[in-house]
Amino acid sequence: MSTRREPDKGWGEFRAQMREWRAAIERVLPPWWTRAALGILLAFAIVLPFFFSVSSGFMNATIIALAYVVMSLGLNIVVGFAGLLDLGYVAFYALGAYSLGWFGSDFFFKAHVHVLVSGVASHEIGIHLNFLLILIAAAMICAVAGIIIGLPTLRLRGDYIAIVTLAFGEIIGVVAVNGQSVHVGGGMTLTAGNLGISAVDSPYFPGIGVFNELDLRPWYWLALGIVLFVLFVNVRLRDSRLGRAWVALREDEVAAVSMGIPSVRTKLTAYSMGAAFGGMSGAFFGTYFTVVNADQFQFGFSIFILAMVIIGGLGSIPGAVAGGLVLGYINYYLIPDVLNNLPSKFGLNFQVTEIEFGIYGFLLVLVMILRPQGLIPERRRRLEMTSQIGAQDAELEEPTATQTTGVAS
Amino acid sequence: MTIETEAPRAIAVMRAEHLVKEFGGLVAVDDVSLDVPQHSIVSVIGPNGAGKTTVFNMFTGLYKPTAGRILLGDRDVTRTRPDIITSLGVARTFQNIRLFGAMTALENVVVGRHTRMRAGLFGSIVRPPRVRREEREVRERAGQLLTYVGLRESAFDQLAAQLPYGDQRRVEIARALASEPTVLLLDEPTAGMNPQESAALTAFMRKMRDELNLTILLIEHDMKVVMDVSERVTVLDHGHKIAEGPPEEVRADSRVIEAYLGTPR
Repeated sequence: MSTRREPDKGWGEFRAQMREWRAAIERVLPPWWTRAALGILLAFAIVLPFFFSVSSGFMNATIIALAYVVMSLGLNIVVGFAGLLDLGYVAFYALGAYSLGWFGSDFFFKAHVHVLVSGVASHEIGIHLNFLLILIAAAMICAVAGIIIGLPTLRLRGDYIAIVTLAFGEIIGVVAVNGQSVHVGGGMTLTAGNLGISAVDSPYFPGIGVFNELDLRPWYWLALGIVLFVLFVNVRLRDSRLGRAWVALREDEVAAVSMGIPSVRTKLTAYSMGAAFGGMSGAFFGTYFTVVNADQFQFGFSIFILAMVIIGGLGSIPGAVAGGLVLGYINYYLIPDVLNNLPSKFGLNFQVTEIEFGIYGFLLVLVMILRPQGLIPERRRRLEMTSQIGAQDAELEEPTATQTTGVAS
Repeated sequence: MTIETEAPRAIAVMRAEHLVKEFGGLVAVDDVSLDVPQHSIVSVIGPNGAGKTTVFNMFTGLYKPTAGRILLGDRDVTRTRPDIITSLGVARTFQNIRLFGAMTALENVVVGRHTRMRAGLFGSIVRPPRVRREEREVRERAGQLLTYVGLRESAFDQLAAQLPYGDQRRVEIARALASEPTVLLLDEPTAGMNPQESAALTAFMRKMRDELNLTILLIEHDMKVVMDVSERVTVLDHGHKIAEGPPEEVRADSRVIEAYLGTPR
């Protein structure tokens, strides 16, 4: 028995030692250190593309990972801050992507609307808006959709919200498939179903020109810009009256409403903010993948984003960023580019992409066992966890004590 | 130290008329009427399961009465949402402390001030000077309130869940005060306290009433506290009101003695 105890104790001591060192380091560093570190990180992020070729697989993966970070930050508001388990986040990916399909392609071929687009696009049929306008439109459409979906849903409690949002995610997916037979007049349909709306516009900015696949740098900076904007909004919201109200509702709804927080309205704000960010990211994915296809909007996507939020650390903004980056890179770089042909080198007849869901499952279980609070936990949760660790240590002491008395008698 | 209230005084007096609350077949509260005069301390007492907390929950909007009316001043708030009732000047504490455990003591009190703050979605994101000022003032005031209820300053930034029991009770009262109530509902505030602590809290209730111009409605088990502090006492038993009046009168009432001690044989 004592042999089984000892590693536990050693582990506890190791953690205590780590905490001590960390505190020592924090004492040495000046208080502006965190800001300086963030500034260095930001500068590094801006110059990152210069270290890679303009169309490398790594750049491609980075751009997608950044778009995932936006999704993960959006869902973190809903699940992490407000504590509403949303299993239908894919709905807002779909709506955002369709906003791009509708307002940035020749899909509505009877219309002739052009706002701030490149010379080529301004002669094409259909609706062509500047990408930034589409981004705003996507955010607004999704925020409104969030309110419409949320109004009946958020009156429910706990698990029921998860079930109903899951259903709404599926409904949007089915509407996307069947939208090709929904006529909106003039022979035009609502969606192109599984055929996909293709030849969507690439972003165009005066002075930069139209983005293309041969040079991924502008895409990267655009994605980074969106991430920074969403990060800013997230941080501001977290430290505001609204952010505190979300956490209060998550912690104890009865107490929160008794303190004067309007439950449904506050939850709706969280839900529609999350939806708006999902929509922005969806619009970006639409233009980056150059197609808006109904089969992109699967239930698995909602779970993928949820996994980012949980692996990163529920309710933690740096955690949501880390979770989005880690899973984004694993999904679009590590598995397809680095590991994919590994089994064949050992004479095994399969590719890693075929077992990727097994890998995600394994990772999720691993994180839940080794680091249940997530990669970068929220300050509050970290405090909770350390206090719990303290309690566990105390519990561990007790059996040892009885054991010694047992030996003595 | 005094804390002055800047917000205009909302409605002061609370009244329940023939309240009935049924849960399925169970009648938890049956035809209870109750008056809480301005600037008074009124107690609701009764054995376990008498329906005291149910009455509180109806007053604060958490439960909708099956029948009857609740008036706040001359405004009917029978079917009003709890958050609106709070904004009208009613605050409460809970029998089993319900703090936001993952927030610090100070943040808990700041949340309590939610209805008296104005920052919306846009203001929270853009954070104009008006919002910054509001944030600063709210934190300052939350600190004042915590000092007022007797929390030491070193505990302000501790997580509420990590505070000792007595301090949690204090934070809960400060959080309730933060919404600038005219009526304060305390649900068994002395539960788990020793006689000295109860006596201190009793004195503090009077102090709050006088300094903050409050009306206090109290649920209490500790008879000493009830007799000491309240001007009127309402006794509930099995959902019925069995007695009402000044403490001395209620104490002598045979039905009250019967409810508490059982029928003498």
